[in-house]
Amino acid sequence: MPGYADPGFDTLALHAGAAPDPATGARAVPIHLTTSFVFESSEHAASLFNLERAGHVYSRISNPTNAVLEQRVAALEGGIGAIATASGQAALHLAIATLMGAGSHIVASTALYGGSQNLLHYTLRRFGIETTFVKPGDIDGWRAAIRPQTKLLFGETVGNPGLDVVDIPTVSAIAHEAGVPLLVDSTLTSPWLMKPLEYGADIVYHSATKFLSGHGTVIGGIVVDGGSFDWEGPRAAGRFGELTAPYEGFHNMVFTEESTVGAFLLRARREGLRDFGACMSPHTAWLILQGIETLPLRMARHMENTRKVVEFLVAHPLVSRVGHPMLPGHPSHALAQKLLPRGAGSVFSFDIRGSRKQGQAFVETLKVFSHLANVGDCRSLVIHPASTTHFRMTDEALAAAGISQGTIRLSIGLEDADDLIDDLKRALKAAEKAGA
Amino acid sequence: MYLSVLGAQTYCYTGGRAFDPAKPTAVFIHGVLNDHSVWILQSRYLAHHGWNVLAVDLPGHCRSAGEAPATVEDAARFVVALLDAAGIRQAALIGHSWGSLIALEAAAQLQERASHLVLVGTAYPMKVSQALLDSSLNEPMKALQMINVFSRSTLAAPPSVLGPGTWVYGGGMALGRRVLASNPQVNVFHRGFNACNSYALGEQAMEGIVCPVLFVLGAQDQMTQARAARPLIDKARSSGKQVHLVHLAVGHHQMSESPEQTLFAIRDFLAERSPA
Repeated sequence: MPGYADPGFDTLALHAGAAPDPATGARAVPIHLTTSFVFESSEHAASLFNLERAGHVYSRISNPTNAVLEQRVAALEGGIGAIATASGQAALHLAIATLMGAGSHIVASTALYGGSQNLLHYTLRRFGIETTFVKPGDIDGWRAAIRPQTKLLFGETVGNPGLDVVDIPTVSAIAHEAGVPLLVDSTLTSPWLMKPLEYGADIVYHSATKFLSGHGTVIGGIVVDGGSFDWEGPRAAGRFGELTAPYEGFHNMVFTEESTVGAFLLRARREGLRDFGACMSPHTAWLILQGIETLPLRMARHMENTRKVVEFLVAHPLVSRVGHPMLPGHPSHALAQKLLPRGAGSVFSFDIRGSRKQGQAFVETLKVFSHLANVGDCRSLVIHPASTTHFRMTDEALAAAGISQGTIRLSIGLEDADDLIDDLKRALKAAEKAGA
Repeated sequence: MYLSVLGAQTYCYTGGRAFDPAKPTAVFIHGVLNDHSVWILQSRYLAHHGWNVLAVDLPGHCRSAGEAPATVEDAARFVVALLDAAGIRQAALIGHSWGSLIALEAAAQLQERASHLVLVGTAYPMKVSQALLDSSLNEPMKALQMINVFSRSTLAAPPSVLGPGTWVYGGGMALGRRVLASNPQVNVFHRGFNACNSYALGEQAMEGIVCPVLFVLGAQDQMTQARAARPLIDKARSSGKQVHLVHLAVGHHQMSESPEQTLFAIRDFLAERSPA
């Protein structure tokens, strides 16, 4: 029943959360650059603080422009609501800090963004939260790593750097059997390629800096609650006192009593944004909204260009490996066909036959691709991990991380595919010469 | 808090305040595939403004044990028993959708023990199409999607039940799935719809109540269209009841698509005449 009451993805990308501004008639979403919101009366103020009435108080906790973004991403992901944060890392931290404290345990995929690895492996350990890492495809490993203190399973839709696809239906079933939610980082795929909540994930987050924004302009994050996990369920067995017991830090509220499906979001906003304060600027929210309005168009083009570039690289004699799940030889090919029928993203790596010097020559010759540390821009991007992000690692350590001296990571943008291929051709020629 | 009602453990949300028998009481009754949490903003406000609040999970729904009511009359008897169990002499009854019919029938059974009657998103008769009845039984997820589509009137709700950033449609879907899963013995979706569809005592009950009545109707409500409340409004007026009518520019998710206006309508109506 398509139409306004049952809109499709593209319509939601433009309209969810936004209506013409009742005060001015403005059709585009206004940017509410204000720290605070005037109370109608002392009684109104008290009611807002006590969650008797819903509204805005202070932009660290909520803001009307941010609320549009939150509704929109929740709509696109199929969630019940969302919270915008200062960055993707802030979104991950907010999700973890809402659910656990010292003594808790996480089971996470080994194939994670480096920043997430650092947070789990080093920083959270300092605060008493331990993580066991499991290879994303090791299904028995996920199950075996769960302890009585485990409060979260965590993976990326497609992992870094090898694009291993997490089997979300299977891993979520393992999580739920143990009374634990599954958190998924969906940054590299965006809801246009996959909605992890539909496959059984409970909470999803994005670095909105990447495909949601899509223009390489702002840093932001967002966490979406699917409302699916029963924090009081028999299998959870008292594991989530943060949500099921009175919280002295907020009116002795029992969040699961306040909302049967939204307890996580209630605490995340009322405690997490209040106390940790990693909120998003309304201006950033507006720019991300601008990006989301064209997300379906951009993602389609990202995937079309990626397919052409992958086909070119596979056929090139100087290329020894292309690591994209669209290729039958990729370990996650079958799973990607099932979970990501529109494609497994436009960020991938490939190997040049040759030395670190040849890799550097390749990168330095590129003109259309920009050499920088980001992905998900509308412009095509490139980085040579062995000489940048993984510079200090030995050859053995690089190999363990799935990176060689000749590994190149690309983020395919929206340019003419022929121009991208021409750029890559010239750079590969330069790499060949550098090895002569 | 939990009460034992008709021998079954019954959950009532009290709005973050302890139950105080000295205060007037408002009982909130949810509709099909809902629970107490749909009333969260309205009930929490009243609980902090001089009222006892009992926002109940109906029997066999979410936190409440017991047999899920098969008829409006059964559910109304449960509400009467709830008041008895809580030691409440008189209460305002506030119901949404199916809950509005339960509140109406309970008010008729309670007579002067019902101080106010608030019918949010009501209709009489509350006929449910055979297609929807069948879907609720055979394809409940499809039917859940249908009723949430029918209930929605906006893609841009104001700050709502979870505060700013609430996606009301997703919340309705998630809650429906949770309520349905909460009772493995009975399909409470189909049973609730059947109860709505078969209730035939609405006009009789309206004639029999002795308290004022407020109708809160959604002008864009496709589940219980505003005009479908007319038989009850007419009966209330023709039988000399004090009738208050509020039309909101929303659909069937009155409490979440228009939480403030729904609250104000209830608050102002309850303030007009304090319970005895």
